[in-house]
Amino acid sequence: MGRLLKAGVFIAAGVMLAGGIVYLFVERQPPPDYTEFHSDAAVLGSISHIFRLALRGNAAAIIQIGTLLMIATPVARVAFAAYAYLRSHDRMYVVISSIVLVLLLYGIFFGT
Amino acid sequence: MDGDEIGVTAPEFSALVLAGSFIAGGLGALTGLGGGVVIIPLLTLVFHVDLRYAIGASLISVIATSSGSAAAYVRDGYSNVRIGLFLEMATSLGAILGAAIAMLVPTHGLAILFGVVLLYSAFAAKPHDHIVMEKSGGAKSLATRFKLNGAFPSQTGQGWTHYSVVRVPLGFAIMLIAGILSGLLGIGSGAVKVLAMDQAMRIPFKVSTTTSNFMIGVTAAASAGIYLKRGYVDPGLAMPVMLGVLAGSLVGARMLMAASVSRLRLIFRTVILVLALEMIYNGATGRI
Repeated sequence: MGRLLKAGVFIAAGVMLAGGIVYLFVERQPPPDYTEFHSDAAVLGSISHIFRLALRGNAAAIIQIGTLLMIATPVARVAFAAYAYLRSHDRMYVVISSIVLVLLLYGIFFGT
Repeated sequence: MDGDEIGVTAPEFSALVLAGSFIAGGLGALTGLGGGVVIIPLLTLVFHVDLRYAIGASLISVIATSSGSAAAYVRDGYSNVRIGLFLEMATSLGAILGAAIAMLVPTHGLAILFGVVLLYSAFAAKPHDHIVMEKSGGAKSLATRFKLNGAFPSQTGQGWTHYSVVRVPLGFAIMLIAGILSGLLGIGSGAVKVLAMDQAMRIPFKVSTTTSNFMIGVTAAASAGIYLKRGYVDPGLAMPVMLGVLAGSLVGARMLMAASVSRLRLIFRTVILVLALEMIYNGATGRI
């Protein structure tokens, strides 16, 4: 179980690194200005949009896929815990871990 | 420092951020405060990154370090998954609430709040080592009802040391606040989580720190989606920050086991103090 978590982190990090290399050395964008916040840059906010862009080789989208994988690791951890409690007939903790899972998924998919 | 002024290329900028994040991650691991509290001042004060981008990048790195290190502790038998999940109901809810209202709070306010939380995290009283045993007889406590009591491998090396948990509602309430802080500031709130578990619920030190470790990643994930949608997480920034902090925290955790920490702790506490005061000052004068 712990190994799964660690593997997830390193896979996500690997994807981000790959995207980073494309971003820095293939696309060669000029350095961005982070001193001011632009919320219209949230064009990368929608998940389906991110996947479409990544398949076209967009570096920022590839990095964001890595970000999503990173976010998914603890979610997977909770999901596996819920499954384990189901298997051991611990109904109370199936409910509790499911509540946490619902909160997590709400934050990821429906947060506005 | 941005590209237009100095003529730094994107790879050079990323390398600088990577190096800084590495140091931040190492410092976070050595002080036990986590990467989040160091990386945000670093990004805002040194690189002049807008606080919102800094919070977004920090949150992702917090998930990385939490999931990267939590693994070992579950195997060792210290972290109590039930306590973690039970309290996560409060923390995740708090994280969503915190992220939701983060938009409404001006960044100067966030910077000041951040500095205060940083001060607390660095100088909070060290947890004592205590074991509470439940008294037999009498009504079933909330802890027993929710199966929160547990055991960890004995210091003697043989068998298990059992412990009970108390003041569950108080711990739950503090965890809600920890979650809100995490959602507002993009930090792990590890110190507040340990406060709830150690001081309020009297969970043994090693159990509370390891369980907190596992919870931090879950809490951060709850608000991460909201931050992503709002564009707080910029890929060009999050990438070097996450990679740097992750690498730094893994190295720092290794050093923690080898090095003599007490003198280093004093140095780090001073650094954190300076950072915290700078954040408060910059927030109060409107520079962040």
